[in-house]
Amino acid sequence: MESLTAYDRLGLARRMDRPRTMDFIRRMFTDFIEFRGDRCYGDDHAVVGGVALYRGLPVTILGHRKGSNVEDNILCNFGMPHPEGYRKSQRLAKQAEKFGRPVICFIDTPGAYPGTGAEARGQGQAIADNIALFSELKVPVISVVIGEGGSGGALAFGVADRVLMMENAVYEILSPEGFASILWRDSSLADRACRLMKPTAQDLLELGIIDALIPEPEGGAHMDPDAAIDSVDRQVQRSLSVLMKQDLLTLVRNRDRKYRNMGSRKTLSQKTKE
Amino acid sequence: MDTFEIKKHKIWIMKSLRKGLGLGRPDHGQERNMFEKCPSCNTVFSRKELEDSHHVCPSCGYHFRMGAHDRIRLICDPGSFEEMAAGMTSANVLDFPDYRQVLKEAKQVSGLNEAYVFGRCTVRSYAAVTGVLDSSFIMGSMGATVGEKITLSIEYAQQHQLPLIIFSASGGARMQEGTVSLMQMAKTSAAMRRFSHQGGLFVSCLTNPTTGGVLASYASLGDIILAEPGALIGFAGPRVIEQTIGQKLPEGFQTSEYLLEHGFLDRIVERSELRDIIGQILKLHERRRSASWNL
Repeated sequence: MESLTAYDRLGLARRMDRPRTMDFIRRMFTDFIEFRGDRCYGDDHAVVGGVALYRGLPVTILGHRKGSNVEDNILCNFGMPHPEGYRKSQRLAKQAEKFGRPVICFIDTPGAYPGTGAEARGQGQAIADNIALFSELKVPVISVVIGEGGSGGALAFGVADRVLMMENAVYEILSPEGFASILWRDSSLADRACRLMKPTAQDLLELGIIDALIPEPEGGAHMDPDAAIDSVDRQVQRSLSVLMKQDLLTLVRNRDRKYRNMGSRKTLSQKTKE
Repeated sequence: MDTFEIKKHKIWIMKSLRKGLGLGRPDHGQERNMFEKCPSCNTVFSRKELEDSHHVCPSCGYHFRMGAHDRIRLICDPGSFEEMAAGMTSANVLDFPDYRQVLKEAKQVSGLNEAYVFGRCTVRSYAAVTGVLDSSFIMGSMGATVGEKITLSIEYAQQHQLPLIIFSASGGARMQEGTVSLMQMAKTSAAMRRFSHQGGLFVSCLTNPTTGGVLASYASLGDIILAEPGALIGFAGPRVIEQTIGQKLPEGFQTSEYLLEHGFLDRIVERSELRDIIGQILKLHERRRSASWNL
């Protein structure tokens, strides 16, 4: 898979038949029960949240939901959340903290929805609150980028003790089409944008933004979804067993330090030296 | 982020305008004594007049964009501002083509080393840390260095138990630094949360424009959120929304007034009153007042 370009991987990440959040939930967990609503305005289908057992351990699951057919896609707004989705996730994350449950997040979104209702109800505020909450949540948090991780809408679920990323997933500041249209006023240059943005798991591992790259089956996760999910499962298990041994103060302090050093003078000058 | 485009368009208009009036490049402290035309009501007046009115149109009240140092002069007591980490500049973290050149030009245009300027100061005699994003430096976008400087300003305020006032003006994340820029949202938000837990006061002041990753991180975490009149404030840019929903946006959408109406701001403050209002907020949050009170 070495020869794939970033744009090829974007194509794989967006495939309809790629395993999605619900597939991961079904295969990795038992006793999943979905809990809905933000207790404020509505329930966002683009975000799924609930509690399940992970090898016997109660955990809270949060993720973007894209749907696996056109009808579902529309119902889930193609995985683009409104503020209600982020507020639901805050509610469930606070509950996870209260009951001492680790949180496992699945990231798969083109970005937060750019619409009038979303703006009127405070999309920026909702995402900021999510990021701030996860930066200090006193339970282990693992995030897995399984498909497309687009912009602040993805980062809202991406502030974690361990950020894992599938080999063909992409994690980007905004969609390559949007990027190309902003920089060169031509969205058809997405291929070039994709290369320059360095959004692949390999790029982000080198930049220290993610903690692990999870290999996919030959040809991509859709070729053997079960095997792909099982690889993620093994990595989540490894990460979680390490994190569960840490006391919560150390855990939060380490998470804090990790994000404090993202793109700081210290880390940047280290990179320059290399 | 398409405010970037709007800005480019505006620059083009202003340039043509200046040419028409026989004027040179916009001055950033070098050339003085020029004329300026209000983009809202078309009144022409001198730069001196504009400066005297704090870059607010004397005729219709339109709030012009304001550079970091003009902003500092407007808010801080004269001579009180001591800039910190002024020398920090950006590196080309992703080896992005032409980024070095973009940075070089931004430095020339703005006269700054990066888009964020911060330091210690007093406002109406109350000690504070003030930070300002300057939209003339790559649209005030937040890359690693801007994120680092914002974090440093938060940490300085925390260490010295000072209130923090940040004036945001930004198109969002810095495109040329990709996902590294995105992570600055996490870094600044986490720092703000730590500051808040220590009892720190953060007054977030949103100015034209505050969008994208800046709005969706530290700027929305103010204990008190103020905005200047008529500022564009939103997560997604208006052009992106129009493309997504396939229709024109209503008049006044994503303005300060719209956000106030929807409950996301504490107050809209005219530029001429900003210093007094901030002074009053600082006065009301003085720790010693509560600590030493008795009848």
